[in-house]
Amino acid sequence: MKIAIVDYGAGNLPSVERALQKLGTETERAVAPEQLDLATAIVLPGVGHFAAFVDGLRERNLTSSLRAAFDSGKPMLGICLGLQAMFASSDEAPGDPGLGFFPEEVRALPTNVKSPHIGWNQLRLVRSSKLLRGIPRDAYFYFAHSYAAPASARFTVAACDHGFPFAAVIERQNLAAVQFHPEKSGETGAQVLRNFVESVQ
Amino acid sequence: MTLAHRIIPCLDVDAGRVVKGIEFEGLRDMGDPAELAARYNREGADELVMLDISASVEGRATFLDTIRGVAEQLNIPLTAGGGIRTMEDGRAVLRAGADKVTVNTAAVKRPKLLSELAQQFGAQAVVLSIDVKRKGNSWEPYTRGGRDATGMDASEWAAKAVSLGAGEILLTSIDRDGTCSGFDCELTARISATVSVPVIASGGANTFDDFLAVFTEGRADAALAASIFHMETQSIGALKKFLAERGVSVRLSR
Repeated sequence: MKIAIVDYGAGNLPSVERALQKLGTETERAVAPEQLDLATAIVLPGVGHFAAFVDGLRERNLTSSLRAAFDSGKPMLGICLGLQAMFASSDEAPGDPGLGFFPEEVRALPTNVKSPHIGWNQLRLVRSSKLLRGIPRDAYFYFAHSYAAPASARFTVAACDHGFPFAAVIERQNLAAVQFHPEKSGETGAQVLRNFVESVQ
Repeated sequence: MTLAHRIIPCLDVDAGRVVKGIEFEGLRDMGDPAELAARYNREGADELVMLDISASVEGRATFLDTIRGVAEQLNIPLTAGGGIRTMEDGRAVLRAGADKVTVNTAAVKRPKLLSELAQQFGAQAVVLSIDVKRKGNSWEPYTRGGRDATGMDASEWAAKAVSLGAGEILLTSIDRDGTCSGFDCELTARISATVSVPVIASGGANTFDDFLAVFTEGRADAALAASIFHMETQSIGALKKFLAERGVSVRLSR
């Protein structure tokens, strides 16, 4: 089994790599479409700006491979900006289309709360989740973001509140995505990644 | 469901070793950065800050290696900085494995550096460090490790920095630093009310009550300390339990 970690030209990949390798998986940084086609599963990590992210994917011709992977049922995990990129668009870069796996729009956190939402927060389970299996309900996860997808998004399985209820965990068939950073969320985060890896095998 | 108040140990690093400045004695060796990082990761630290305080070129050269060694030990976020002057310095620190970069002197000299870093890496990766001394009823930021007065006002500088792209403020009271007389809660509350981003309080931590005060009166989002954790005078687990029992939301490790 090989997990392709999408390298769109920014972002801290070593921590995601290290976290997955500790679980005994083989990882590869994917910069070309063929690498995504050959991988068993795909991880889409991301920090930074929505526009830089989707442009980075487009420049490397990765967008259509990601869409094909979604259609073919290949397991895929989006992390932070990687979750946001799976939506149709974002307030952060109006006019820059996302991957569109989910039809909703990513919105800026409101001004009545501190933004970026940085730190450890808890989740509210909306329906049963594969990614959160074996994790206590009151567990904390590390977040670092200024934009979020509304929890009303159809495939939300766990929400978090910061300014508005937003989607913290999304699951739809082969697609999984988390707004928090599992690779930075201690043992709890490691369990999320383990659940993903086990769902792939 | 509440955002937890963060407890952040800080490693001051000189030429690959964690050090602590002792008045009239210079620097005292506090241990190996990677070993300390592994211990804090295990003990339930919410994050780690690592500052390069080396005075020499040789010391600086090893800092990126130190970041790599520390990052390998962590599954919590790492902030690193000290002497960051350019966007390329910032990129090197993040590439070495830090999640956030902290800047101080260079941002005072050229505030646009904050915008450049935020555009490239996102505001969540940009921490502005402000070291201040009290001046009557306000606080004045200092640069170069507390040596140079800026003539600015801390609140105004913090607000400007956030508008430029700083995603967090690491606020250190020079007056309190190393005194063990507690955080400056008045300062922290002032800045926390001024800016829309999280504020990390630093300088003066000694007792559990100091942390309780800075999270309640001081309205801090996070609190940072160095020597009290290094010397094992206070354990992070016991501190968090103390705070939780008094109604402060914290992440308790299991």
